[in-house]
Amino acid sequence: MAPTAMPEPLLRASPILECCDIAFERDFVPIFSGLSFALRRGEMLQVSGANGAGKTTLLRMLATSLTPSTGQILWRGECLERCRAAYRSDLIYLGHQAGIKAELTPRENLHWLLPFHPNASGSAEEALSAVGLSGLEDSPCVTLSAGQQRRVALARLHLSTATLWILDEPFTAIDRDGVSRLEQLMRAHTSRGGVVILTTHQPLGLDGVRLLEMEPYVCA
Amino acid sequence: MSAPDVVPTLATGRAFRALLARDLTLAFRHRGEMANPLIFFVMVATLIPLGVTPESRQLAVLAPGVIWVMALLASLLSAESLFLADYRDGTLEQLVLSPQPLWLMVLAKITVHWLVTGLPLTLLSPLLGIMLSLPAAGFGPLMVSLALGTAALSMIGAIGAALTVAISRGGLLLSLIVMPLYMPVLIFGASAVQLAVDGMSPAGNLAVLGALLAFSCLLSPFATAGALRVSLHG
Repeated sequence: MAPTAMPEPLLRASPILECCDIAFERDFVPIFSGLSFALRRGEMLQVSGANGAGKTTLLRMLATSLTPSTGQILWRGECLERCRAAYRSDLIYLGHQAGIKAELTPRENLHWLLPFHPNASGSAEEALSAVGLSGLEDSPCVTLSAGQQRRVALARLHLSTATLWILDEPFTAIDRDGVSRLEQLMRAHTSRGGVVILTTHQPLGLDGVRLLEMEPYVCA
Repeated sequence: MSAPDVVPTLATGRAFRALLARDLTLAFRHRGEMANPLIFFVMVATLIPLGVTPESRQLAVLAPGVIWVMALLASLLSAESLFLADYRDGTLEQLVLSPQPLWLMVLAKITVHWLVTGLPLTLLSPLLGIMLSLPAAGFGPLMVSLALGTAALSMIGAIGAALTVAISRGGLLLSLIVMPLYMPVLIFGASAVQLAVDGMSPAGNLAVLGALLAFSCLLSPFATAGALRVSLHG
């Protein structure tokens, strides 16, 4: 929760997520280094770069799946190492693999995930109809198309009340209508004071998106 | 001021139950895969009288060891898939990144593994006892030792499965890692049945099996959770 003593404008002005000079190496091979940025509430960051530039690595690092080799990440001014549990319950991460069980129905998929989002609100049915899957709640995910399976994963965004969304290629396999729905959803989230970090190769139909180019930080 | 660092236990309990229910549903939808180790277990026991000897006195000597070795191999066979599907479809990463304690979620998965392999093996074992002409005195200790022992095997197998989940063809490595740890369970399990057949009390051996299970329950969820984090760091 936000500190109550701090007035709202000041709170918005101070960064909620800060990366200070982070570097990452895998098996002693440096991937990127010297990366710094700060995000305030209500901001959206698009990480861009060529294939293999380390976008997914950066996102997985921000999702606490990987630890930076040097440098540190601050969440609400506190070092991530010290507020990991609080950070994780305020975070939603959608990776390359959607995290969807093909044998389960969309409803079952959301139901088992619900308790893992501590502050989830709304019902699985509402979330599924919000991503345009009403009527398919009870058909096994194997029978759904790739895009529809992706929508099941995206339905989690409707359930969660997490502040930080980290989305790795969220538009993969999504049709045009789905893309605009997702963009609206992200816009609504940032206008509520949420933060979105995403990677995509698609041009975004949103303005005010900050761009982080990986190129200067990549180690040759 | 900051959000509570400890997640409410109520939500943790719900997450545990949700994962338990999910894995049971998945196991039920993959009935064929689930039956695989069981069929292996029964088939080998059927082949022994054909391949070795149909003579019941000789079979009775072999029975405790053969049934136990088969149960161990069946458990090992199924251990490999414990985290593999979750790793491939990304749900494992969601579990690792969730604010819920990972060791408890691991415990839920191990429990399901035992429920779908160890428990059916235990329930099937009297049938195998009859096929291998196990003396009547051995049936009770056989079931008790298998119930305790397969649970310990599931616990130990989970550590190996977590260590090898990110390695393609990790099956061989998994066997090498867990085999030495399986040995005490096999030794005490098989000899409990043998003792009962020989007219002695198996209580001591069963107690050791119980202790092995308690010890692995205490250690395995944490070791497995740690191993999963290491595997996902790749």
